[in-house]
This record gives sequence, C-alpha cells and structure tokens, in this order.
Amino acid sequence: MPFLAYVGFFLVLPSVIIGIGAFLNADNAFTLDNFRNLSRSYVFKATIDTTVISAITALLGASLGAILAYAIVTGSPNGLLRRLTVSASGVLAQFGGVTLAFAFIASIGSAGFVYLFAKAHGFDYYAHGIWLFDIPGLDLVYLYFQIPLMVLVFLPALDGIKPQWREAAESLGGNTWHYWRHVAGPLLFPAFLGAVLLLFANAFSAYATANALINQGQPVLAQQIAGAMSSEVGAFEPGFAKAIAIEMIIIVTLVTILYSLLQRRTARWL
Amino acid sequence: MMERSGVEVRLENLVRRYGTVTALDGLSLTLAPGELVALLGPSGCGKTTALRLLAGLEEADEGRIVIGGEDVTGLPANRRNIGMVFQAYSLFPHMVAWENVAFGLQMRRVNAAERKKRALDMLELVGLGRFANRYANQMSGGQQQRVALARALAIQPQVLLLDEPLSALDAKVRSRLRDEIRRVQLEVGTTTLFVTHDQEEALAIADRVGVMQAGKLEQLGPPTLVYSRPATPFVADFVGLTNRMSGTVRAGAVEVRGTSIPLVHPDVPDGPAIALIRPEAVTLASDGEMEEGPLVGTVIAVAFLGAVSRVTVDLGDTTVLAQLPTSAASQHPAGTKVRLALRTDPVLIQREEAVPAAS
Repeated sequence: MPFLAYVGFFLVLPSVIIGIGAFLNADNAFTLDNFRNLSRSYVFKATIDTTVISAITALLGASLGAILAYAIVTGSPNGLLRRLTVSASGVLAQFGGVTLAFAFIASIGSAGFVYLFAKAHGFDYYAHGIWLFDIPGLDLVYLYFQIPLMVLVFLPALDGIKPQWREAAESLGGNTWHYWRHVAGPLLFPAFLGAVLLLFANAFSAYATANALINQGQPVLAQQIAGAMSSEVGAFEPGFAKAIAIEMIIIVTLVTILYSLLQRRTARWL
Repeated sequence: MMERSGVEVRLENLVRRYGTVTALDGLSLTLAPGELVALLGPSGCGKTTALRLLAGLEEADEGRIVIGGEDVTGLPANRRNIGMVFQAYSLFPHMVAWENVAFGLQMRRVNAAERKKRALDMLELVGLGRFANRYANQMSGGQQQRVALARALAIQPQVLLLDEPLSALDAKVRSRLRDEIRRVQLEVGTTTLFVTHDQEEALAIADRVGVMQAGKLEQLGPPTLVYSRPATPFVADFVGLTNRMSGTVRAGAVEVRGTSIPLVHPDVPDGPAIALIRPEAVTLASDGEMEEGPLVGTVIAVAFLGAVSRVTVDLGDTTVLAQLPTSAASQHPAGTKVRLALRTDPVLIQREEAVPAAS
C-alpha cells in the first residue's frame, strides 16, 4: 500500500498532469497541435540524436561493463577487487550532471590537465576540433555512469552462472567456445539485453549532464523540453514541452516493459 | 542399448597440492574394467580431488592417469571421454531434459535426429522417458540427477564419475536412486568411480570401497572386508560405529574385561591398548543372577533403527554400544541390568597411553 501510494503520488500523478497538459493550448483549450509540433525538424532531429546517443552508450556501456563484471566474478567472491569495484560502481552510477560534466571539462577539456599533458607530449586529440562539447563527447561522458550501472545490474546474472555448468560442458566434450555458445551465452543473453535496455532508458532520460556539457543546439530531447518551457527566445510553449515529455515517457515505458519481460526470463534460469 | 564399455583405469602416485596443503599425497588406485569403486572419506580427505584429477578438471602436480592403457594425464577434460555426474544443479537450465542429454552428442557432431533418438533412449534407460520435454526446474532433485546420469552415459564414456550425486536428496529418494545408479551401471558396464562421504551409500553400491584420509588411501577392498576387517583404526572408526574399550595385549590377543579377543595383526608387542569392537560383536543377556563383574552394566538407552536396535550400556567407567535385532533389544529396556558378551572376532587395537572413554 505505501508503495502504491508512493508510485501514485510521484509517478502516476505527474504523468497524468503532463498527459492532460499536452492536450491543452495557451488558453487551456483542447488541442492536438502540441503533438503535431513534434514533427518539427529540430525536435525530430533531437529524437534521433537522443536515440542514437542512448543506443551507442547503452551498447558500449553494456559491453564494457559486462567485461568488467565478468572480471569481477572470476575473482574471489569476497575479494578486495570485487568489494572495491562494486562500491565504486554504486557511487559512479549516480555520478552525473554538472559535477560529471565539469570533471570531464577540467580533465580532458581543451584547458584540462590531461589534454595539456597529452598535447605537450605530441598527442593532440582535439586536432580536428573539440569533440567533447559535441555528441561524441556526450557519448564518452555518459559511459562514465553507464559502465558502473551495467556492472551493478549484470553482476547478479553472472553470479547465477554455476561453475558446474562449465565443468559439465567440458566433461561432455565442449570447449570454451561451445560453453559460451551453447550454455553461458544463451543463459546470459536475456540479462544482457535487459541491461542494454535499462542503460538505454537511463541515457534517454538524462538531462543535467548533457545540459552542462552542451548548451548550444540542444541535441538531447530533454533539453528540448527545457527549451520549450523557457521564454528566453520568446517561445514559451508548456503544452508542447509536455507533448515532448509524453513522447519520452512512451519510449521509456516501452523499453522498461521489454526490460522487465527479459528480467523475468532471466530469473527463470539464473 | 549401449555396449559394455568398461576399461581399466589407473591412478598412479597422484599428488595435488593447494599452496601448503597437500590434498592428494601419492594416491594410487586401479579400477578393473566395468568395476564400481567408491571412494569414501571425511570432508577434505582428497576424494573429490582424486575424481576431479581423473576428470581432467584439475591438473596433478605429480603422478599419472591411465585410462584403457592410454596416458591421459595431460589431456584436457573435453578430450578424455569421461561422463560425470555432479553433486547437484548441473543440468543446463535453459535446455529441456532430452536437450541436456543430447548435449554431449552434439559436441561429438552426431546429427540432430540421431542425437534426439539416443537422448530419448537414455532417458528411457533411467526411467524418465516421459519427462523428456521438461526443464530442470520442472523436475524433482532425484529426477534431475537421473537426467544428469543419462547425460553422462549418453556419450558412451570410458569412465563414469559420480561426485556425491545423492547428497542433496532426501533419504528415500537417495536409496532408490542409489539402486538405480547401480542397475544402470551394471547394464552399461562402464568403469565407475563414485565419491561419497556416506558409508552406507559406499558399502551398498560399490564392488570395492576405498577409504581415504589426509590424501591417502587407507584401505581398498570389498565392502564386507572393509567393514569386518578394517585395515587401520581410522577405517574401523570411520566405517560403521566402533566401541573403544581399553584392554591389554598379550601374546597376539587383547584381553578386554576378562575376554580374550584375537587381533587382526597379532605381531604387536604386549602392553595396554584400546580394542576397537563393533556393536554387532556385543551381545546382551539379562537372565539369571546379575553378579557384579567387568561386563555387567545398566541399559541407559535403546535406539530403534527398524529391524535392528542400538542399545547403550553403562559399565560404570565407560559406555558400550550393542547392536541387536529389535526383538532381542526389546527384552532389555532402559534401566535393565545386563551382562555383556564380546564375540571373539579378530579386532584392531590402538596404542594410546591415555585410554579414552568408550565411544
């Protein structure tokens, strides 16, 4: 009951308010214009860009995070490496926003100490332009919280893989490739795919990091909401902002449903 | 049905160390073709290590493993043609029973139709034909272990290894599956090594039982011999219950409370010793006058075990266990004064200065 009240108050109620607002114009009259405006070229482009950023960082984060998580489970279950990595992942998975953006700007930005050091040693990674404040930079910064998140969500699945399965596969004539192809791979695939979707949703709904890093062009959909809500350029469109929010809610809800279906499948085996 | 595929298996002077701990200390063991040998011992005695070395899941630090005349010491597990049944939970959970059984055949590139047919045959052999399409989580522990047995046998292995396959099961299923394993093993004739810490299991299933302690084989022999003629005090203590009664060795026999009992190894010097006496070698009488004497005591407990019962008798300075048919034990309820008699089967002794109380 407290959970339902919590969900109702903090999730359902705001969604309903946004949902209703998306169908209202400036005079509080019913309209579908806010949704028609979603086809504006810059919103369409932001949708595509956000999807691409989310997909890239989800796939890269999931792959790199899975490798890191695998390295952890092959070590001692109570070892220092595991405790250290899990604790660090718990912190870093939440390390986003302005702080993270500033950390990157201060370290690898064009005036950052890493860049200055690399440049002094003949490696100018901004020779073709400062990509940190563009989509590639956003991808890199997002990975900083995507990889730790993957470690956290994928570790339980890896822990569920029993060593006897590998030994059984070996004693039955299988080699390492056979084991991964026929046993561990199929068992872990739903969990991996589920984690990719979770990371996708995580990146898709991110706002503060992107806003702190890129303040021109607003390539991320969440920034478009902020843009439509501000009247700085004389385009105060709260209904339109809510329509964009509804678009995001629908996408994230679909992804979350798929994620929970895959989690259910994973739980059946691991 | 499968052809008999038993081969000789030789473990020669196997040594395995984990850091400073020596898990196997020069273990040598030969299994005759088609034989089932059970390795029995307490936790940490090295029995599972021996099995894992034979399976190729671990490497020996020293020694040789020869299967069917071929030295396989350096061969990886997947090239040894050995079937293995693990303690529990080793079925692949995303495959149904027949797919699990067919896995080894798939690794051997048997065509799809043939491997399904052979998998179903194997499931029939273990009595699970109608469970072919069930996942592991849709079967009981006993059924899962039978599928694991079918899977191990489907590849027609040269050797079958059973690593405490019954330990996770309840008592009734355990004894049924134990008989089932023996039936199937005799039917296919595969040389089999069975590892267990359960003496009853080992004695019931094996052609020969090897008792291990501290990485060494203490005794290897038929179950009846291991039980009735334990080679060492450890075996006597570990296999079955043993009374430890103080006595004195004189001229190849030990005198225990006025009864002279011959020794298994009579060439020992005279002096004080502890005689290891089986509860079955102790009989009770409560008829007639009960004069005080070294073998007269009071029954303090009777444990009903089915056809037999175990009676605990307090002799004042020690307690003694006697195992009797339940009908006989019922004549000596707790509180009864009884006279013990010790059967004069040869016994082992332990030399200890401080003689402990009987156990």
